[in-house]
Amino acid sequence: MSGPKLTNPVVRWIDHRLPVFTFLHHEMHEYPTPKNLNYWWNFGSLAGITLVIMIVTGIILSMHYTAHVDHAFQSVERIMRDVNYGWLIRYIHANGASFFFIVVYIHIFRGLYYGSYKAPRELLWMLGVVILLLMMATAFMGYVLPWGQMSFWGATVITNLFSAIPLVGESIVTLLWGGFSVDNPTLNRFFSLHYLLPFVIVGVVVLHIIALHRFGSNNPLGIDVRGEQDTISFHPYYTVKDMFGLSVFLTIMAAVVFFLPNSMGHPDNYIPANPMVTPAHIVPEWYFLPFYAILRAVPDKLLGVLAMFAAIAVLFVLPWLDRSPVRSASFRPIYKIMFWVFLLDCVALTYLGAMPAEGIYVVLSRLCTVYYFFHFIVLLPALSIIETPRSLPRSIGKPVLGGGNGIPAPAPAAAREKP
Amino acid sequence: MADNNDQSTRRDFIHVASVSAAALGAACIAWPLIDQLNPAADTLALSTTEFDVSGVQEGMSVSVVWRGKPVFVRHRTKAEIDEAAAAELSDLPDPQTDADRAPRPEILVLLGVCTHLGCVPLGQKATDPKGEWGGWFCPCHGSHYDTSGRIRKGPAPTNLVIPPYKYISDNIIKIG
Ligand code: HEM
Ligand code: FES
Repeated sequence: MSGPKLTNPVVRWIDHRLPVFTFLHHEMHEYPTPKNLNYWWNFGSLAGITLVIMIVTGIILSMHYTAHVDHAFQSVERIMRDVNYGWLIRYIHANGASFFFIVVYIHIFRGLYYGSYKAPRELLWMLGVVILLLMMATAFMGYVLPWGQMSFWGATVITNLFSAIPLVGESIVTLLWGGFSVDNPTLNRFFSLHYLLPFVIVGVVVLHIIALHRFGSNNPLGIDVRGEQDTISFHPYYTVKDMFGLSVFLTIMAAVVFFLPNSMGHPDNYIPANPMVTPAHIVPEWYFLPFYAILRAVPDKLLGVLAMFAAIAVLFVLPWLDRSPVRSASFRPIYKIMFWVFLLDCVALTYLGAMPAEGIYVVLSRLCTVYYFFHFIVLLPALSIIETPRSLPRSIGKPVLGGGNGIPAPAPAAAREKP
Repeated sequence: MADNNDQSTRRDFIHVASVSAAALGAACIAWPLIDQLNPAADTLALSTTEFDVSGVQEGMSVSVVWRGKPVFVRHRTKAEIDEAAAAELSDLPDPQTDADRAPRPEILVLLGVCTHLGCVPLGQKATDPKGEWGGWFCPCHGSHYDTSGRIRKGPAPTNLVIPPYKYISDNIIKIG
């Protein structure tokens, strides 16, 4: 692990005084990465790139957007019709938010499957949950900006969640609104915060990566890296793999932006906000649906709000709920099944959140909500005790127990192996 | 006071005193930074609305804008008043008599904001669903209100709020 060989004298002069080149070389070039990462490990860098896309398109939109109740809707329509390529930039931003959540949710479920939240990566995981919360706040406030019917009523319902807090709830809601209903002051502060929070996310992402680089990536086997024979340098191996993943991702995103730009949006948001009339069926953006389903599943207002926040809070303590010493689900026969059941439960909650809160949907939402918490609070601690994990391979370089038998480790790795 | 072998205590005192002063200063500047979020003076100044109830026909309901929210003014029919008065208090999740809610029984004045999460309930138009108790129905999460605007079924915790209002002449109410 030596420093980079800097040949250019100007670069050397700068690096001696400001060691950015050494730093980048260390963290993005030679950075030793487990050699067995699969494609689920692409989603971290995809999330980072999507964040950059959101910031670039967002700054451009802000140049044409007007944060005022009388002009916001029209300014967005003007972006769509008159501003050169405004339609493209807005569609990238609006769909980019959905893709950001798809990528981050996959990234999170990857962590759940391979036990990436376990020691020594607890803080890395918790910083990730902070990013998720900030993303949710950002996306919620962004959706208010075009000031359509869904913007307005989404903002009304979500800010009203705080009215459930005993005693001070109503005052908090008035404070959030800056008035007696969602109105111009609300729109202005949401725009201010919508501009700010992505940069806060960048800050937390930096911390997330510092924490990541402390112990390096987890891997599909979930066992620790034993030495150089288990790793390859980040560049060119993973930079190339990430670029390949990125091109697939961008192809899919382009297909949606160009051919199905409104498929993930709600048509009612093309109706200007009307504070006097609530649309017959209001739904949040799809990425909030599981949490919305949990909110509605609980018949009590305060408890419903608490359950919704608890659904995310439980992720913070996950490293201490799952005490099994084995990280990867590949070696945990029961957890492996329960992971898929849990994923199914989340998909079901997403579906139920979009359905009207009546009849069978209410019953199913309640069952799925109970199961969601059961998974974390009962099942995971219990599994840590009762489950017998399969025996782990000795090292990444020797994926088969005892080495030599079964599938042989790839030759170059074996050749590099130390005694 | 403290002598030479008590140096640390004097230094501790300086530390505690300066941290307390800084904390107090921070609290003093934090309040303006938070309170600026509250309604501004011009927002507060807009907070009354006047309305002539004589224009509302029997059986009709009108929405008036007050503080950016709808206020429902319903001229109730005899049947609706009787129904509201007949409700057993023990059947109500948020018990309140109809007489308390509508001092002048024909004219019911309500804040048209669901007490659950703030949607505007349906029931103002003749064609709207009015819920199982013939008052209002909130489509957002299914709250049913009766002809007195009291919650009967659904997630809303309390009755529709009666805004502060008074008659400033025979037929003109001032809301707020
Ligand atoms: C974490 C990153 C971000 C997310 C998840 C996000 C999300 C959103 C969403 C969901 C919308 C509503 C889109 C629609 O339906 O029209 C929106 C709108 C908007 N965003 Fe962002 N955003 C992000 C970053 C930014 C940044 C950094 C800026 C400014 C510097 C920005 C500026 C805007 C503007 C001006 C609008 C209103 C125009 C419109 O509705 O298309 N966004 N954002
Ligand atoms: S807002 Fe009316 S039922 Fe939820």
